[in-house]
Amino acid sequence: MRVEFRLSGSGGQGLLLAGIVLAEAAIRDGKNAVQTQSYGPEARGGSSKAEVVIADGDIDYPKATAPDFLLALTSDAYRSYGLSMKKGIIITDSTVKIDPPAGVPVVALPILETASKKLGRAVVANIVALGVLGGISGIASPKALKEAVRSRVPKGTEDLNLAALEEGLALAAQAKAAH
Amino acid sequence: MVEKVRLMQGNEACTMAAIAAGLEFYAGYPITPSTEIAEMCSEELPKVGGKFIQMEDEIGSISACIGASLTGAKAMTATSGPGFSLMQEAIGYASLCEIPLVIIDVQRVGPSTGMPTSPAQGDVMQARWGTHGDHPIIALAPGNVKECYELTFRAFELSEKYRVPVIVLTDEVIGHMREKVVLPDPGSYKIPMRAMPQNPAGYKPYAADPNGGVPLMAPFGMGYRWHCTGLFHDENGAPSSKPAVASVLMRRLNLKVENRADDLADYFAEGLEDCDLAVVSFGSSAMAALSAVRRARSEGYKVGMFRPKTIWPFPTATVRRLLAPAKRILVPEMNLGQLALEIERAAGCERPVIRLGKVNGELFHPDEVFAAIKEAL
Repeated sequence: MRVEFRLSGSGGQGLLLAGIVLAEAAIRDGKNAVQTQSYGPEARGGSSKAEVVIADGDIDYPKATAPDFLLALTSDAYRSYGLSMKKGIIITDSTVKIDPPAGVPVVALPILETASKKLGRAVVANIVALGVLGGISGIASPKALKEAVRSRVPKGTEDLNLAALEEGLALAAQAKAAH
Repeated sequence: MVEKVRLMQGNEACTMAAIAAGLEFYAGYPITPSTEIAEMCSEELPKVGGKFIQMEDEIGSISACIGASLTGAKAMTATSGPGFSLMQEAIGYASLCEIPLVIIDVQRVGPSTGMPTSPAQGDVMQARWGTHGDHPIIALAPGNVKECYELTFRAFELSEKYRVPVIVLTDEVIGHMREKVVLPDPGSYKIPMRAMPQNPAGYKPYAADPNGGVPLMAPFGMGYRWHCTGLFHDENGAPSSKPAVASVLMRRLNLKVENRADDLADYFAEGLEDCDLAVVSFGSSAMAALSAVRRARSEGYKVGMFRPKTIWPFPTATVRRLLAPAKRILVPEMNLGQLALEIERAAGCERPVIRLGKVNGELFHPDEVFAAIKEAL
């Protein structure tokens, strides 16, 4: 088994942290995981991408070669990475323009709005997205995801981030029920 | 043995290993993609009684490390290409004065500012010949996060043992990559210690020790009087411009490392015994290369892999012996053929050495290396 994730969006959205937490959750479940990243020189803005490869055994190449799951939180990220998807699923925010259409299924969910409106903090959109990715892929148990969130988010923000994870898992469950 | 499973970053692994090896002093100037090492040292070193200083630039950084090492402290700095260039003169001073020192170079694409957040392997020759004059140097290249830990620890062992600056040559991919790492119990490691003289009377700071040939180093401030100079010097450390003194010094200095090149050779090899094609690659490029080699093997091609972990001194005899079965050699690296030059020198007389260079700031994709393997066969 080798499952590849690409988390893409804009710098400052926290996708790198989401990737780290996903990798750590997989390790807590006894799997092997490697996380890599690429980003521009800007501190905020610009494009940002985190990749996570999860496997049962050794991982000799650490980058995603043909992602099974693409998370695209901006329209730019969708255009950069969505159109080259040959297999797997694209998960986007509901505000992302799916234009031109992709060759694989697209699941659009209100990730950014759930963070900003429901949780009242736009900054936790990354952990909402993590819940969605974890829930839809089933790659890590909710227990491992929770433990990983708790160990990796800044101190004092654990409850907020765990609430964001729950919201993401709930969005994933709804999306799965609808399909 | 208590083992600890962690999701760890390459830069973090370098830092943890340095502290495990007894790092006491870090002076640095932050630069992408090495900055996490400085950040972590600033947090972790004070907890173990060490010192962290952010200096005004990289020249100051390595110079402060040299000063610290002269007092007996284990010292380290970390940087990337542009900062590594600034450190070169001081690396020459440390080589000539035989001052132990570890430098982590997390390579990014250049020359000059280049693309600061993108990987490359363009500092292979700078690590060897960046400072002027013939000088001893050791450079180790980890191929994954676990090896960032192992080889940084090893860098301290070699630096202390041979009194030589040791460079750990990583790159943006390995420095920033996070991987599942199983760390051994820190108690299972023996902390490297430099050999010290026993008596200040008659101490000669640059006399070859009968055991191993490396002079014994007395820390400043411990009652030993000696002069440390970048001028050529005799056994007592006194400056000298006598050709006979210069010759003895330069030969001893260079041979203490070159004569041990094949003892120092650390490498990964797979499937070379019956190979038609050997793929030689190091650091993060080797991850794509190994993936391609294993795919080629599974499809019936006779391909083997050689990945040097010791880049300098170059393990010439080891390379010549291990690559003997190969009819051709392919060298994927994120530069335009720096390691390939050494492979050509060591093993290129009898067979073609094919360069596969990449300098666009992207890591190789295994498909690219696989295509080159098929074309080369």
